[in-house]
Amino acid sequence: MNAHLPAIQVVLPLLAAPVCVLLQNRKVVGVWATLVAWASFAIAITMLVHTMEHGTISYALGGWESPLGIELRVDVANAFLATIVTGIASMVLPYGPGSATLAIPEDKQYLFYTAFLLCMTGLLGMSVTGDAFNVFVFVEITSLSSYTLIALGKGRRALTAAFSYLVMGTIGGTFILLAIGLCYQMTGTLNMADMALRLQPVMGTRTVLVAFGFFVVGASIKLAVFPLHQWMPNAYTHAPSVVSAFLSATATKVSYFVLVRVVFTIFGAAYVFGTVHFEWLLMPLSIAAMFVGSIAAMYQTHIKRLLAYSSMAQIGYMTLGLSMNSVEGLTGGLVHLFNHGLMKGGLFLVVANITFRLNSSKIEDMAGLARKMPWTSLAFAIGGLSLIGVPGTAGFISKWYLVQGALVKGQVWLALLILMSSLLAVGYVWKVIEVMLLKPPTDRVENTKPAPLSMIWPVWVMIGSTVVFGLWTTWTGTVAEVAAETLMGLR
Amino acid sequence: MTATLMMAAFFIPIGVVPLMWAARKVPDLRDGLMVVAGLLTFACVVGMVPAVAAGARPEVVFFHVFDGVPLAFKLEPLGLVYALVASGLWVPTSLYAFGYMRGHGETNQTRFFICFALAIFAALGIAMSANLFTLFTFYEVLTFSTYPLVTHAGNEDAKRAGRIYLGILVTTSVTMLLLAVMWTFVIAGTLDFTVGGILAGKVDGPVIPILLGLFAFGAGKAALMPFHRWLPNAMVAPTPVSALLHAVAVVKAGVFTILKVVIYIFGLDLLYTTGGSDILKWVAAGTILISSIVALRLDNFKARLAYSTISQLAYIVLGAMLVTPDAVVGASMHIAMHAMGKITLFFVAGACLVSVHKSKVSELNGLGRKMPVMFGAFTVAAFSIIGLPPGGGSWSKWFMALGSTTQPSDYPFVFVYMLSSLLAIGYLMPIVARAFFLPEKVDHGHDAHHDAHHDEGHHAEVEPSIEDPSLVPILPIGESIRETHLLMLGPIVLTAAGCVALFLLAPQLEAFLRPIVGGAP
Amino acid sequence: MNAVAGLWVYAVVIVLMMIGLYTVISRDNLVKKIMGLNIFQVSVIMFYVALGKVDGGTAPIFKATHGEHLDTEVVFSNPLPHVLMLTAIVVGIATTALGLALVVRIQEAYGTVEEDELVRIDQEGGA
Repeated sequence: MNAHLPAIQVVLPLLAAPVCVLLQNRKVVGVWATLVAWASFAIAITMLVHTMEHGTISYALGGWESPLGIELRVDVANAFLATIVTGIASMVLPYGPGSATLAIPEDKQYLFYTAFLLCMTGLLGMSVTGDAFNVFVFVEITSLSSYTLIALGKGRRALTAAFSYLVMGTIGGTFILLAIGLCYQMTGTLNMADMALRLQPVMGTRTVLVAFGFFVVGASIKLAVFPLHQWMPNAYTHAPSVVSAFLSATATKVSYFVLVRVVFTIFGAAYVFGTVHFEWLLMPLSIAAMFVGSIAAMYQTHIKRLLAYSSMAQIGYMTLGLSMNSVEGLTGGLVHLFNHGLMKGGLFLVVANITFRLNSSKIEDMAGLARKMPWTSLAFAIGGLSLIGVPGTAGFISKWYLVQGALVKGQVWLALLILMSSLLAVGYVWKVIEVMLLKPPTDRVENTKPAPLSMIWPVWVMIGSTVVFGLWTTWTGTVAEVAAETLMGLR
Repeated sequence: MTATLMMAAFFIPIGVVPLMWAARKVPDLRDGLMVVAGLLTFACVVGMVPAVAAGARPEVVFFHVFDGVPLAFKLEPLGLVYALVASGLWVPTSLYAFGYMRGHGETNQTRFFICFALAIFAALGIAMSANLFTLFTFYEVLTFSTYPLVTHAGNEDAKRAGRIYLGILVTTSVTMLLLAVMWTFVIAGTLDFTVGGILAGKVDGPVIPILLGLFAFGAGKAALMPFHRWLPNAMVAPTPVSALLHAVAVVKAGVFTILKVVIYIFGLDLLYTTGGSDILKWVAAGTILISSIVALRLDNFKARLAYSTISQLAYIVLGAMLVTPDAVVGASMHIAMHAMGKITLFFVAGACLVSVHKSKVSELNGLGRKMPVMFGAFTVAAFSIIGLPPGGGSWSKWFMALGSTTQPSDYPFVFVYMLSSLLAIGYLMPIVARAFFLPEKVDHGHDAHHDAHHDEGHHAEVEPSIEDPSLVPILPIGESIRETHLLMLGPIVLTAAGCVALFLLAPQLEAFLRPIVGGAP
Repeated sequence: MNAVAGLWVYAVVIVLMMIGLYTVISRDNLVKKIMGLNIFQVSVIMFYVALGKVDGGTAPIFKATHGEHLDTEVVFSNPLPHVLMLTAIVVGIATTALGLALVVRIQEAYGTVEEDELVRIDQEGGA
């Protein structure tokens, strides 16, 4: 049974998606999708436990052994990522009135769940596959379904946001396809591990360099690395809050993982950092993202856009971890991938609660909200503290590893920059908290009620876990460290 | 057994929070719960004293957050002194706060008292922390849990003060303290507080003063210049907050951190032999003198006390940086001495504000004759701050001054200590003199009120809210004597008595603290 | 000369790709943007197809008879890239369809598909 888990992981949501169309009824579909997500989550956790204990699972699709056939390859890093994706999905899907934030009538909402499950399929596929062309296919499945999901947002700007994401995303995807083609040309294989071996003799050629370039740019567009981030603020702002929660917590994360795979698995650290000196490009861009994103977030008047810019800064931390080319740095990046998924997903759900009640995502409309929606506001405060990286929250754990990574290399200036940029987070988080806590309530707020319980508990599950994972790091820090060592080939 | 008591003291303040929330509709029950919790916590802390004095070092490890970095608690004499101070002053402050908050008709009292309990929880966490990570965690908890207290008034001034408060404290703690903590971890591979230090033999050269500087300035709560501005700004908070948090828990968390780092991270030997703390000695000395001089010039009562606090905190920092056993013990004693004295002074300042609506030193003329008990208590506490018998502060200053005579290069600091005592006389005694010896300005009443309103920005505090006579049962001892509310007067007398008690108990306290410098030169 | 002649396919790919990208960037009309995107994708598809071509190779169909071993003398073109492109074409069609669907929705919501006008309307209309 265990042996088939990688395939089931991908196939389950894939097959479940058309079932949604057959079921039609919104409530039934909602329960169905939730159950599928929970089942996938269980599978992912099983795989994670299995890989931690017994090492990599390799699965030959259809019985064709690699490198001829398509290999699903699950090591600790892949399983870790699949756990994040399914975990977030299983918390976002049951979120009560998630569909209430959609722009489509209730009798069509089963399509939302269909697209959601397809998006999950794509993300899981990217997580577990060991085949380069498969990556492209799953990238496109994810992208196509996420364009649809974003376009479901209320207000017509969701459409333009989805369109510009479609244009950017397609260019990114096609770049990845081209890069895979170039690599295939040089190696004659599509299996990533095999490709890495066969690339070794031809490493010096220009074709390989070009392939690397296309890979990096393609993945960076999907990942919204500064300055390729333009699609992201609009997409997250105008998408339904539930979709923003899911995508911000998973889609960019999986793209990050693709980039990590490209760097460490396909091309290898020796080539990427030793020959090409990718860190000379990635590190300044990461630092710029950390500062530009945070500063831009401070000037936003809409809370969703604020969170979107904050995501851009947080992605900067992750790519910075990658650019350090050390176990500590990569651990920081991977751990932040998990932690940021939790906190940003939780925060977008908080925002969903607020906009559901207030019908506005303007920060100034939230004056005095702490009195009317105390639990939701408190959740925002804790999530915000985690973004800042206050000890006791998940954000601190990520920061700890990143700063360690910098200090171990003796780069005190880099450590200082990381810490300073996290101060900027205080600026944009506190801007919101001050309004919620200290401003006298407006009429809009006075007439509002606390969010219903069905909206509060998923928020608190996610926000609560940022605190839990801020103190208990066995399944985040340790796993991420093992994953980082696996990726870097030290295990 | 001691470990159980330690955990009890740690969990009671946070355990009472949900109960207080549940009782939010019944203020008497809610406030009663807090007093009971305070008494229990104090009892637990006191209960640990004999064991710790006998050499026990109870330790509780929760779990490992990172490899080799657990969330763990361990009690030693210095931490116990801080825990005693924080928990012991919680009850009087609670009583005082009830009188103050109700007399003042403040809103959001439940939020206020809950944050108050959280702040005590954080302070105890700091006091009992077994390593720098735990300490830093609770240090930040303290920062964020006190933010709603500082901004309690909710107006523009409070918001601005809140920004400065959070801005300076978070900036310093994240960019310097956290950096220093992580750097230490990278160098030493551990963060545990260990007698004799963990850095000895692992660092040398300029790294020592840089790292120590990061710690000293990073502990922004110690208000070492130039990172002191949050402290006077935080004075917009209701007076009980200023009293407990900004004279006791918060600021002492800063100097406590510095003392802990000097004693258990660097180790006195390392700093003494390398002279790594030389620069910081002068920074602390400068802070003492400058803030004392500033205090001389301030007319706002609470602001003057705030600058006095900055100066007194720098005493402790200087004591720590002298790294001689006497100075360090003196500095540790001063945590208790100054807390007891300064809380009394703040109580009096708040009582003046609530019962007679005076917020300026120049308005206090003749008040001592109306309120002899209160200003008598003030005088005793002022003696303690200045360093005169029968105030406890005289002992701690004695030891710190003694500690600066060990090597000739430290002689100037003896004069710094003496000069600052003179300056303290300069800024505290005029208050006593005005209160007792100058005639009251009768026509001052309402206008003065108004000035305070505009000049000092204590909008919420000067609202003339005491119309209900039942709230201000002024002791009718003769025509001319009108003391303040008993709930406020009681704590004032209690803490003033505490100053005298500390004077008498000082030898015991010193003996209790000696083991922390056991391995020093 | 021979080398250049052998590489003309790549030149075509690059030219097509640039035409596609240029259209995406320079055209304000959303439909034209989608078409540009299409050209861009097609260029990569052509690149793959060219990859699989082996000089003098025939269609990759094994002519194996019973009991005999395979005839290794025959040169085949590599079928794999062509097969891959089936998937890529499907992806391209899906993208185009989705993009055009969005354009229709945008036309309904805004009354225009010109990007500069969309930007203007959004700016005037606020959020």
